[in-house]
Amino acid sequence: MIRQPRSNRRKRVGEFLERADGDKRFKILETHIKRHQYRADALIEVLHKAQELFGYLEDDLLLFVANRLKLPPSRVYGVATFYHFFTLKPKGRHSCVVCLGTACYVKGAAHVLSAVEKSAGIRAGETTPDENLSLVTARCIGACGLAPAVVYDGKVTGRQTPESALEQVKGWIRHVVA
Amino acid sequence: MLLPDLEAIAKREISSRKKVTIRCCMAAGCLSSQSGEVKAALEKAVQDAGLAGEVEVRGVGCMRLCCQGPLVAVDPHDALFEKVAPLEAASIISALDGGESKARRGDPHHAFFKNQFSIVLSNSGVIDPERIESYIAADGYLALHHALREMTAKEVLDAIQASGLRGRGGGGYPTGLKWTTVAKAAGEKKYVICNADEGDPGAFMDRSVLESDPHRVLEGMAIAAYAVGADQGFIYVRAEYPLAIERLQNAIREAKRFGLLGSGIFDSPFHFSVDLRIGAGAFVCGEETALMASIEGKRGTPRPRPPYPAESGLWGCPTLINNVETFANVAPIIQNGAEWFANIGTGKSKGTKVFALAGKITNTGLIEVPMGTRLRIIVEEMGGGAPDGNSVKAVQTGGPSGGCIPAEHLDTPVDYESLTHLGSIMGSGGMIVMDQDTDMVDVARFFMEFCMDESCGKCVPCRAGTVQMYHLLDKIIQRKASQRDLAQLEELCDLVKNTSLCGLGMTAPNPVLSTLRYFRKEYEDRLKQE
Repeated sequence: MIRQPRSNRRKRVGEFLERADGDKRFKILETHIKRHQYRADALIEVLHKAQELFGYLEDDLLLFVANRLKLPPSRVYGVATFYHFFTLKPKGRHSCVVCLGTACYVKGAAHVLSAVEKSAGIRAGETTPDENLSLVTARCIGACGLAPAVVYDGKVTGRQTPESALEQVKGWIRHVVA
Repeated sequence: MLLPDLEAIAKREISSRKKVTIRCCMAAGCLSSQSGEVKAALEKAVQDAGLAGEVEVRGVGCMRLCCQGPLVAVDPHDALFEKVAPLEAASIISALDGGESKARRGDPHHAFFKNQFSIVLSNSGVIDPERIESYIAADGYLALHHALREMTAKEVLDAIQASGLRGRGGGGYPTGLKWTTVAKAAGEKKYVICNADEGDPGAFMDRSVLESDPHRVLEGMAIAAYAVGADQGFIYVRAEYPLAIERLQNAIREAKRFGLLGSGIFDSPFHFSVDLRIGAGAFVCGEETALMASIEGKRGTPRPRPPYPAESGLWGCPTLINNVETFANVAPIIQNGAEWFANIGTGKSKGTKVFALAGKITNTGLIEVPMGTRLRIIVEEMGGGAPDGNSVKAVQTGGPSGGCIPAEHLDTPVDYESLTHLGSIMGSGGMIVMDQDTDMVDVARFFMEFCMDESCGKCVPCRAGTVQMYHLLDKIIQRKASQRDLAQLEELCDLVKNTSLCGLGMTAPNPVLSTLRYFRKEYEDRLKQE
């Protein structure tokens, strides 16, 4: 993406927008960028909004953002990959975030994580091949009083055990019969 | 907005209060244990009992004893209910006239509450964080008025300096000195930044303050801006704290609506606006120069200091950066006087400190104690010691930059110097208790893995050193390491500590060094015999 000459890049953004013609999400993103007056320092805010709208940041979307903020794509790509919060791959329909903060860790969060990893057949940070479940770890969600905590589809649930976690995610995992 | 307007709002708010107030915790911890439903059920039960004229159900911020949430308190009955289920709401209401309730009663006079001394958290769990009137009724924004209308900027600086307040983000740098440096720095444009990028795993003090009392932070920032001559503020808050973000946005909007942010505050020439910046999950952004890079929309990598942000910070302008808890201390100092604050705490550490107590301990939650309180009082009396008859082995403070304090040092008073002396740091306030089953080498590896992942990659000692130290720790845990590996680990600790660019790298070896200092045997027992 970075090696493309500028004219090609502009063409690519054009084609991308043409393909997405009528997609309301671009309009919302454009308004958001406008509210920040196309300022380069709003890059992180704009990426937050883009990810909120599209779920993840694909290359063409990053190019679009670079084009609107008049930034080199390398800078946009650099920022998008630097921060853990941004993801460049599609996420699963369901999410399971295991908190691995210190309080959760000393109370056995690692066992909860490995139980889910084993059951879903994926490692932390991955999504199941059927795109149904993304398994993520967090550095601390600040729910230390409820340790160990797991966030299932945005809902914080405290005092988890490997068994209770498996109970929660079992509907999201389609087991292939061996 | 003038002083009489402020007083009128407070008066109206207080006179509209009802005979009985039921406070229901609406901070993130309790919310995830269904406190939202509990509050709705309480409101419905009040309606059903025909008590709407006498009883008010108020959603409040953190009530501190997070492990027993959702918490509900009844004033003036002095009753506390723990782990309240929505179905028990009706029985709490019917017990208002003295009967027994089905809900489990807690003890509001337990040492956990009794030993607390509230400055930062004085409004937390009392006021409704979503209503500015509730804050104003608790003497909110009076300190800002006092500063703007009755004090010169110099007097504010002197008051903060005389109070002895030190940075609560972990460093412990004298706040008054920092403010004075920014005030003296030449420049038309200056900024004030509130560092709410609470990245230490196991720490949730700033989250609680922002969720429970957001206006206190705004007021502190405004006073700081007046003192140093800034007109624009930023709050950099973690994306992982959606509720804190929502309440801050609401608070900023309300404060603007009431003329407490914006131009001509209290009819003075002072104007100040605050913007929110949302982090994107990078621990290194808690470091001030990295944080400023992130606000500028760049990768959050630190840069060498000097120049310090006080001289050249955000967009090259003089910038004041303080932590959430530091700003939360400002309004009480201005209102009650520097002397009052300086009388609390120890010789060099003034005031109180908020700690997030978690881990293998009976009472987890938020505590605020005067500086100099002994660790034993915090862990054993307030925290109730380790659960299930286990014994406390160590207390970890300061997150990945701190260290483990072994049980034999529990009589140490908590202040900046004593903790540093023990090889740990005050840190931002995370306090994780470990019991006899906790493997200290594993804890060291856990923190090293954290630092390895979070290293931004700019300087080599941190980028490469943390990886090597992680591998050595892993090798020790796998029982494949020799005496030479341990020696190399110690050498690397020294190297990374002394040559890294920023605080992340400089403190990354601390968990290893402190566990080596107190629990060396756990390392040596695992070494291969040669």
